[in-house]
Amino acid sequence: MSNKVIHVLYNDDDILMDAVKKTRAAHHHIEEIYTPFPVHGLDKAMGLAPTRLAICAFLYGLVGLSVATSMMWFIMIQDWPQDIGGKPSFSYIQNMPAFVPVMFEMTVFFAAHLMVITFYMRSKLWPFKDAENPDVRTTDDHFLMEVAVHGDVDQMVSFFEGTHAVEVKVIEKH
Amino acid sequence: MSSHYEAPIRKPLIIGDKNYHDVTVDVARPVEGRANKQWWIAFSIALAAFLWGVGCVAYTVGTGIGTWGSNKTIGWAWDITNFVWWVGIGHAGTLISAVLLLFRQKWRMAINRSAEAMTIFSVIQAAMFPVFHMGRPWLAYWVMPIPNQFGSLWVNFNSPLLWDVFAISTYLSVSLVFWWTGLLPDFAMLRDRAITPFTKRVYSIVSFGWSGRAKDWQRFEEVSLVLAGLATPLVLSVHTIVSFDFATSVIPGWHTTILPPYFVAGAIFSGFAMVNTLLIIMRKVSNLEAYITIQHIELMNIIIMITGSIVGIAYITELFVAWYSGVEYEQYAFLNRATGPYWWSYALMMTCNVISPQVMWFKKIRTSIYVSFVISIVVNIGMWFERFVIIVTSLHRDYLPSSWTMFQPTFVDAGFFIGTIGFFFVLFLLYSRSFPVIAQAEVKSIMKTSSETYKKKWASEGHGHDNHSHSENNHH
Repeated sequence: MSNKVIHVLYNDDDILMDAVKKTRAAHHHIEEIYTPFPVHGLDKAMGLAPTRLAICAFLYGLVGLSVATSMMWFIMIQDWPQDIGGKPSFSYIQNMPAFVPVMFEMTVFFAAHLMVITFYMRSKLWPFKDAENPDVRTTDDHFLMEVAVHGDVDQMVSFFEGTHAVEVKVIEKH
Repeated sequence: MSSHYEAPIRKPLIIGDKNYHDVTVDVARPVEGRANKQWWIAFSIALAAFLWGVGCVAYTVGTGIGTWGSNKTIGWAWDITNFVWWVGIGHAGTLISAVLLLFRQKWRMAINRSAEAMTIFSVIQAAMFPVFHMGRPWLAYWVMPIPNQFGSLWVNFNSPLLWDVFAISTYLSVSLVFWWTGLLPDFAMLRDRAITPFTKRVYSIVSFGWSGRAKDWQRFEEVSLVLAGLATPLVLSVHTIVSFDFATSVIPGWHTTILPPYFVAGAIFSGFAMVNTLLIIMRKVSNLEAYITIQHIELMNIIIMITGSIVGIAYITELFVAWYSGVEYEQYAFLNRATGPYWWSYALMMTCNVISPQVMWFKKIRTSIYVSFVISIVVNIGMWFERFVIIVTSLHRDYLPSSWTMFQPTFVDAGFFIGTIGFFFVLFLLYSRSFPVIAQAEVKSIMKTSSETYKKKWASEGHGHDNHSHSENNHH
């Protein structure tokens, strides 16, 4: 298997979208696309699976709600069921309205933070992570499509030159 | 291109002949250039105010809360007034970044970054008041339900002051990660443009190795959307919980069920005013007039007008209910606000908050930068007095006439407040020199639909038939 890839650079998102469709139709394998901003519909055009981060957030929220409820039940009802200003501390449900603000906040806290941490872990983002975009222009105004080489390289290069690319490079990948 | 169809009635949000690279250059310029003399003057003033505030806080903690003007009757005065004021200002940032995202408002793109920065910096100011208005701030960690050697001795979850701890810390931390996640692509842009090894290193660390892969963007957008969905109820709940500090009490003038929505409306009102104050200066100083346009200012003015009207309705509702209740204490509380010794602060609050936003009904006024700037400051003065009136006038005369008294702030009260204003501007000025103040990745994503260049292009290619005049009208 060849370890060569082709880097095709575009300078417009509409041209990129057309190129992605043509590339997929021609059965070339798109390894990666680097863009300076979110191009709407690009993930669908590439055939990427939808992300499940929202499902994670929902589950994390349930965890937060359970933590808040069990914490306040233990502290306020179980451990020290004291009379503080006539508030009924005989069962959780009796004093539940006073617990709603904290139950709500902890649900949001868990859902938001654990989802963001999951995102950082799944996308491999952390403070000392080295950037992996192959061309610095991809954070400015260029769009880079990385395609695996198979078969005739020259034929592939001329194919991509025909997709209004501004630059086509064959790269040896290690 | 049909994928970019937009109604011709919409005005461009990006003025001038801009392409993607121009956006990058315009956003990076204030960061890559050197600070000018005016910046250093403003920074020095802010730093001096901040240090003066540090001195006043040190004096308070070292000597005691008795250095303040609060007394046995009026236990809360400037401390909680300033706390609620700062929290309120912070709310507009989340409104712009979260609520306007859920409503797909494209005009938020150019202002969300600075609005979120404003949120974070003002919540930091707000958070200092709950700590330093304590008699024994070194025991502040006792508000946390941490297992301990006293039994364990826990906290009481019935108190709105404890709910505040949960609300403010959740709000600050969630706003921070929301802001930072949105910053990653923009820090990456600065990293990839950096010339010196030092800036390269700094922006490499803060951009977390963002590479802009298609999958990263897909997740990024989902995370932004879910965070917006979480931040919207969060922002409503935070000021609701702050209002519970008063609404759950038995004090006439405080014990009202209208306070939660009314405080939230007031928070949006004062927050948008602060965004307007800051952005009117920033668009000029940082040369971002092509992105923060007069249309942005007009739309913010409209929100100020709407929320100002909601606040006005709340004032009238309170007065009506006080009269309708038949409770003499409640009736006296409002009579005292209007005609008592603090009548001037009530009159100031009514003038600034109820009358001043109504001028925005006139297009000439709401599209004038100078008037918008003045009104935005007037609104924040009015909203400071709103909190002062609610807190002090309700406390200084309540059930027992033998406990009636007056409140006189000391220089330490004022110094702490001035210090937080200084600290806020220290942070905001540093931010404006080192952070990408416009979310350039998001602005680039609306280029095809909302920039003047493309609007002209689509018009000349013949989309619709009445859209040939719209771009001429918008050179302000």
